[in-house]
Amino acid sequence: MQFFFEVLIGGLLSGVLYSLVALGFVLIYKASGVFNFAQGAMVFFAALTFVGFQEVLPGWLGLETGSAVVFWLAFVLALASMVVLGLLTERVVLRPLVNQPHITLFMATIGLTFLVEGIAQGIWGANVRGLELGIVDEPIEWLMDRSGILVSKFDLFAAAAAGVLVTSLALFFQYTRIGRALRAVADDHQAALSIGIPLQHIWGIVWGVAGFVALVAGMIWGARNGVQFALTFTALKALPVLILGGFTSVPGAIVGGLIIGASEKLAEVYIGPMVGGGIESWFPYMLALAFLLVRPEGLFGERHIDRV
Amino acid sequence: MKFKRTLVLTGLLAAMAGPAAVLADEQFVGLPSYRVGAYASGGSGLFGGWIDYMQMINERDGGVGGVKITWEECETEYNNARGVECYERLKTKGQSGNTVFMPVSTGITYSVLEKAPQDKIPVVTIGYGRTDAADGRIFPWVFPMITTYWSQASGIINYIGTKEGGMDKLKGKKIALLYHDSAYGKESHAILDKLAAKHGFEVTKIAVAHPGNEQQSQWLQIRQQRPDYVILWGWGVMNPTALKSAAKTGFPREKMVGVWWSGAEEDTVPAGDAAKGFTAAGFNVAGSNYPVIQDIQKFVYGKNKGNMEDKSRVGSVYYNRGVVHGMITVEAIRKAQEKYGKGKAMNGEQMRWGFENLNLDDKRLASMGATGFMPPLKITCADHEGPGKVKFQQWDGTKWKVLTDWVDSDRALVRGMIEESAAAYAKEKGITPRDCSKEG
Repeated sequence: MQFFFEVLIGGLLSGVLYSLVALGFVLIYKASGVFNFAQGAMVFFAALTFVGFQEVLPGWLGLETGSAVVFWLAFVLALASMVVLGLLTERVVLRPLVNQPHITLFMATIGLTFLVEGIAQGIWGANVRGLELGIVDEPIEWLMDRSGILVSKFDLFAAAAAGVLVTSLALFFQYTRIGRALRAVADDHQAALSIGIPLQHIWGIVWGVAGFVALVAGMIWGARNGVQFALTFTALKALPVLILGGFTSVPGAIVGGLIIGASEKLAEVYIGPMVGGGIESWFPYMLALAFLLVRPEGLFGERHIDRV
Repeated sequence: MKFKRTLVLTGLLAAMAGPAAVLADEQFVGLPSYRVGAYASGGSGLFGGWIDYMQMINERDGGVGGVKITWEECETEYNNARGVECYERLKTKGQSGNTVFMPVSTGITYSVLEKAPQDKIPVVTIGYGRTDAADGRIFPWVFPMITTYWSQASGIINYIGTKEGGMDKLKGKKIALLYHDSAYGKESHAILDKLAAKHGFEVTKIAVAHPGNEQQSQWLQIRQQRPDYVILWGWGVMNPTALKSAAKTGFPREKMVGVWWSGAEEDTVPAGDAAKGFTAAGFNVAGSNYPVIQDIQKFVYGKNKGNMEDKSRVGSVYYNRGVVHGMITVEAIRKAQEKYGKGKAMNGEQMRWGFENLNLDDKRLASMGATGFMPPLKITCADHEGPGKVKFQQWDGTKWKVLTDWVDSDRALVRGMIEESAAAYAKEKGITPRDCSKEG
């Protein structure tokens, strides 16, 4: 039973990290109705830019390598880069496509993926880098001593950071003027424009916030596994979370992440050995598919009704 | 009139022979590289080392026997379809077309395996590819050189046996194989099962789904099973994730042994302190204090002609692996020239002979400035693999330190499996094995 709980807790904590990536998708989908295929590439771009600045800043400004000043300066510059990337995306990619079918916008984000991946590697190189956030990835000792259950300090920190971010964003979009405008834009571009909501302004904000979320996700995943191209694959973990939680719901992303995280780990441990293992990659998709059959809009997604 | 005709004929002959005479001084090598995409970090090091070595031969020696080496890269992004496209594109480049194809990808190797003999281009796969192609009687055009995956697995077990105080001490031990859930990862299964049966240890196979950036459940299983050793048969992000997860679950890194695709700086640096103590096999070692690397520094980087953007990577595991690729390419050209004429560019068939008659013994390696850099290598008509040996290196937190001399594999067992598998392929394809006693 102890082993079961260990797997379950580990899965829930991993699930929160999936939610973090899924959140980036949700933000942009809410604002523009676009499934942003480039979200994984943005996570990679953000993390690589952060470690890239960490490398070059000491040389540029004569600062001490690894110091807190370098860390925060790199964070601010990486965040600024993400905001610029978001604004440029809105200006160059999305604005010319206002009122075009969603599939057109989706295809544009596929192109954006390759562009962002290429720019990131073009600027900072293809080398794999380590990333230290100062939180050791080792078990919490008192929990180990008392219950024998292994829970990583880093995973707990990452889950807490993701939780704070998700809650803040949920509140922001629910109770602020920008949040209401955002929901209006998501419902109908033309209707929102007709009542004076500045579409480009809202899109710029949302892409900027999505860039911030990508940076946080990139830093956490980068500290876990290294900053490398594989960060783009984190998007694959977010897809079943979105299907399950709904593309338009911030709380849905977190609940979907928890369900996917826990179920994939339990499935890998208890079902995996019966079928040769390695089922973590497809099990969440199977689960999401089963959900789709019952609730096509996801657990928290908005039900789409067409009058015929 | 006669004079005019002679003049025209001479001109025509000169026009026809002229370009050939100029091009005869160049030996073309096509490089199917991957410098962008998911595997760019390893690819940039490997292809950088390979190109730098050929550049060094041109700069220091004026080429091979006076023949300058030329090359062209074709980006595969480690993708099979692109790899085949590159094979086709490079095939017709240079004076006599591409004369050797080293795919640096098992998938691309399988894709061109049956094309290459028709095009008369030798396929050289150093440390990857189809293992049973080591039987040169059945695969005359394929060279899985230095060490195959099966030899490597056997070498790792021999190393663990030595650590335990003898092969007999393996009886009753538990070894977990944490493998990339792909054809590459599963390549280890058959040989480990045979070795487990022979030495009496228990092997537990634990799959990690691609890309391997989540291994919580696998490491909780390892924690529950408490194996004596973990063999890490990983690739890309799976490697640092495994090292971090091992640290998280308290599994000692000193008891983890990686394969050569898990044992580079790209695998350990992202894992930080978690990688300290981790050991990995390799058919080449890291380090820049070898004369061959120092010659590259002097003749290539000294003249600002180096291929690496980040010069600090010269001497890294992937870079040195690229140098090994360059050394084998150059030595095959040299060997072929000994038979088919010095100062001439070799064609694919001549290069095939060069590869099949390679003999890089200690003396030759010493003269190349590569003693201990790679194992002595002797290829024959029947044996396209060679030594099947690996060295073990340990990550000390900042760099790789060589722990052992070249460790042998269980040659009798591995060769038996290779011949059995190759014979089955020959039967399926209706191939009559070559009689090596008749090969010159």
